Amino acid sequence: MRYLPLTPADRAEMLAAIGATSIDELFADVPATARRAGLVDLPLAQGEIEVERALSKMAAKNIAAGSVPFFIGGGAYRHHVPAAVDHLIQRGEFLTSYTPYQPELAQGTLQALFEFQTQVALLTGMEVANASLYDGATACAEAMAMAHRITRRGKAVLSGGLHPHYREVCATYAQFSGLEVEALDPSPGIVEKIDLDNETACVVVQNPDFFGELRDWSALAARCHQQGALLIVAVTEIVSLGAVKPPGAMGADIVAAEGQGIGNALNFGGPYVGLFAAREQHVRQIPGRLAGQTTDTDGRRGWVLTLSTREQHIRREKATSNICTNSGLCALAFAIHLALLGETGLTRLARLNHAAACNLADRLAAVPGVRLVTGSFFNEFALRLPIPAAEAVTVLAEKGVLGGVAASRLYPERDDLADLLLVAATEMVTQQNIDSYSDALAEILR
Amino acid sequence: MTGWSQALSAHPAPTEDAATLTGNRGLQLEEKLIFEQDSAGLSGVDLPEPPVHKSRLGGLERREPIGLPGLSEPQVVRHFTRLSQKNYAIDSGLYPLGSCTMKHNPRINEKMARLPGFADIHPLQPASTIQGALELIDTLAHWLKILTGMPAVALSPAAGAHGELCGMMTIRAALTAQGDARQRILVPESAHGTNPATAATCGYAIDPIPNNARGRVDLAALKAKLGGDVAALMLTNPNTCGLFEDEILEIATAVHAAGAFFYCDGANFNAIVGRVRPADLGIDALHLNLHKTFSTPHGGGGPGSGPVALATALASHAPLPWVVHGDKGLSLLEHAEGLAARTIGRLKGFHGQMGMFVRALSYIMSHGADGLKQVAEDAVLNANYLRVRLAGTLSQSYPGSCMHEVLFDDRFLKDTGVTTLDFAKSLIDEGFHPMTMYFPLVVHGALLIEPTETESKASLDQFADTVNGLAVRAKSGDIAGFHAAPRLTPRRRLDETGAARKPLLRWRPESPSREAAE
Amino acid sequence: MPTLRFTKDHEWVRLDGDTAVIGITDYAQQQLGDIVYVELPAPGSRVETGKEAAVVESAKAASEVYAPVSGEVVAVNGAIADDPAKVNADPMGDGWFLTVKLDDLKALDGLMDEAAYAAFVAEQG
Repeated sequence: MRYLPLTPADRAEMLAAIGATSIDELFADVPATARRAGLVDLPLAQGEIEVERALSKMAAKNIAAGSVPFFIGGGAYRHHVPAAVDHLIQRGEFLTSYTPYQPELAQGTLQALFEFQTQVALLTGMEVANASLYDGATACAEAMAMAHRITRRGKAVLSGGLHPHYREVCATYAQFSGLEVEALDPSPGIVEKIDLDNETACVVVQNPDFFGELRDWSALAARCHQQGALLIVAVTEIVSLGAVKPPGAMGADIVAAEGQGIGNALNFGGPYVGLFAAREQHVRQIPGRLAGQTTDTDGRRGWVLTLSTREQHIRREKATSNICTNSGLCALAFAIHLALLGETGLTRLARLNHAAACNLADRLAAVPGVRLVTGSFFNEFALRLPIPAAEAVTVLAEKGVLGGVAASRLYPERDDLADLLLVAATEMVTQQNIDSYSDALAEILR
Repeated sequence: MTGWSQALSAHPAPTEDAATLTGNRGLQLEEKLIFEQDSAGLSGVDLPEPPVHKSRLGGLERREPIGLPGLSEPQVVRHFTRLSQKNYAIDSGLYPLGSCTMKHNPRINEKMARLPGFADIHPLQPASTIQGALELIDTLAHWLKILTGMPAVALSPAAGAHGELCGMMTIRAALTAQGDARQRILVPESAHGTNPATAATCGYAIDPIPNNARGRVDLAALKAKLGGDVAALMLTNPNTCGLFEDEILEIATAVHAAGAFFYCDGANFNAIVGRVRPADLGIDALHLNLHKTFSTPHGGGGPGSGPVALATALASHAPLPWVVHGDKGLSLLEHAEGLAARTIGRLKGFHGQMGMFVRALSYIMSHGADGLKQVAEDAVLNANYLRVRLAGTLSQSYPGSCMHEVLFDDRFLKDTGVTTLDFAKSLIDEGFHPMTMYFPLVVHGALLIEPTETESKASLDQFADTVNGLAVRAKSGDIAGFHAAPRLTPRRRLDETGAARKPLLRWRPESPSREAAE
Repeated sequence: MPTLRFTKDHEWVRLDGDTAVIGITDYAQQQLGDIVYVELPAPGSRVETGKEAAVVESAKAASEVYAPVSGEVVAVNGAIADDPAKVNADPMGDGWFLTVKLDDLKALDGLMDEAAYAAFVAEQG
């Protein structure tokens, strides 16, 4: 078997050196009733040819986003990743290396993480960022938990514009931490009223929100601070920060974001990369890994994982979180892509996205019966249709257009959202795609 | 001594390190931060000029520059290539890291994960357009259920620790549903730090169980601590001392008799995969690490994937989403209704670490039932071979055979003036990543060694000869080199105290980020 | 000579009129290694015997500092917050953590004196 270097001769020699007559002797501690006579009921070993054939067959049953006009957003966005990114992350020294606990053997990873942390801080307008979490939704739950620890207060208020998956993950985590979560109803197109008092640990908003709406949260930030609460801002489309005022400039205390849009493919939902940024004064409450600068015995600059006493392997039950892994390779892909884009590249990319979305919004809103709900948006907006959005999505798919996300897919219980369709347009959308979509939608609604 | 190791005894002392003009040393190249290589206006990506249009950003345009540096593609490629060259990796050498299972990462996995049909699909596409993705998830779940013997598998947790959280949450939900909320979790003292951290995250109080003299959980102590307020035992098997918990059936019986659940940390599944099924040991919930047993790459710290195998009593509480079979094919249950009415909810955005599922399934299919059994056997064989090769010089904590990893402690270094840390840093100069150190906490100065099945006998011999050579040197009093190690890496020992006292977590313009040498 | 007493958790407490000065012992700072951070309570807050009063972190460990006595926190040592190395350098002097106005002036009576503590540490091996 190609991954096993031991030969039968090796095995025999090694057993002899150990003083065992068979490998079974080394499994003697397994209770007799748990010892299996034969193999488990699964197919036998296969070579690359068969594995490739079987998996390719499965892959072929999926419609790849790049093969059709594609307009789905809803928290994950299809952007172009330059070829260099994938080649660099597949270098064995990045792909197959371990967590950088031995810094002398991992300066590559550690320097890349330090650069990543800096990039995230710059993008979000915050003072400090960590080396990534699993994804935006878990980053949001961790932010809420951090606010709970800092303020020692028991209530969190979640905006109705927060991505439903983020709301759900926050609710799941809160169930077990005793934090009381008040989730406001989604209200696309309406400015929601957010109440807070001296029991409020944090308010969590999203920008752009789930319906694509952009808002300035500075006034809310001020209200929160007056009450001693923290403002957490979630960002699901990280490319938006190439054009939009960042949460840090609005007074956010913590930013929990999804970094997938830079460097990482859609991958059917994972692995993604959670971005987490906060104020310097709260640095010891930040969950996850942190790469810090230091010097070596020769006085040269280098990097180490630091502040690890917050983490599970040292604090154990008093840890800030049980997180062990960051999203290493995905964070690296993000860092490389953003290094390639640079200031001018990212700002231009963002403008392209916005232009595509404006173009698409105009075309679709011109289809009879369709109404644009979102006032200010980046690259995603919400439409109200004269038929249930879920039905439109299905028929559009039959016509070969992946037209967006029906809000009812994530909010099945809300009748008031049944006609709401979320549509996204990135730099990958062509004029032809837009024409196809507009024509198909007009036909459906005729 | 084996053939190659003439080098060990005959290796000439290196010549005096000559200073260079650049600070580079041959192929060891110095590399600044990208922020220190900024050329304003440069970009490594050519994008078309956006068409003129009216902004709909609602006045929220960015007013300040972001501050990102500009570099061309050649500069970026060179930058990250140089960084990669400062890393050790499985592709370069052995990682004897106990409890990490640093096995070879097959490249077919990478190729499969990048098929557009897997990589270029959105999680919210209509089900009819992603049947192949659901089939892959369903197939992986099936394989994992057969390997564990458990009736259900929750695939959404993003990492091992996340899987632990998932498992503990289902246990808490099951007990609450029975109207029997309990407050305590029993955790062996030898457990990995994520175990008590996870239990605490779920709101439980942690009660530690000591080891017995044989390195296993003290059954009597466990029974004494069991009671009507214990929700679960969190056990690792094989345990963190590399030993199979031979009283596991009695443990399971006792735990269940007390009305508690039996959670197993599956980090060490590599020792028993294909040979022993956790369900046959009385386990109710078990997380697996796809990045350990199932070869998905560590990527310098992630991403991982931590599916959780669940017994019937816990299955209905599995997190969303569920992949289910229907009359129109496979579909996703994404809400707490119908079959999934008693779910604990969602633990992560979207559906799980699909990219890792593809890699793991590619690996599992490559090995198959016979190959996986061989994996466990070779893993255990390799560890025991190292055990006997090292037993003469190092101090094994629990004498006798081990499973896939072997535990030593620092008694062999007593009175040498060399610590476990010094010893490990000396291994670095010899071209090896150190073994796991100072874990588990139940022995002093622990050294936990797990070679995995993808190391050849020659590789093991070289490692054993090196460790033995270093141990002999330490005991002979020749210790100056140990304290100075490592000497040959791109950076020598780094000041972790300084880093923690004055954390510097990002680059700032005009910050004290300049090279000290400048 | 002000009364100096010790706990089994390696805290020391020195009586000074009706206030007590509290810190960690030389043995404790040695065990912890280089201290990187201390978390001190707020002046005016209360500490209770045997409960967490402060947290001290080194690169490899984090440890609770338990209050050997109960009372109101009068002052905390900002100098060790700025420069945690002081705790390693002078744990019994400049490395003090907090002063407490005692609820019970006799609270130190039950704790180990210097000789008893020295014997206790010797036993730790």
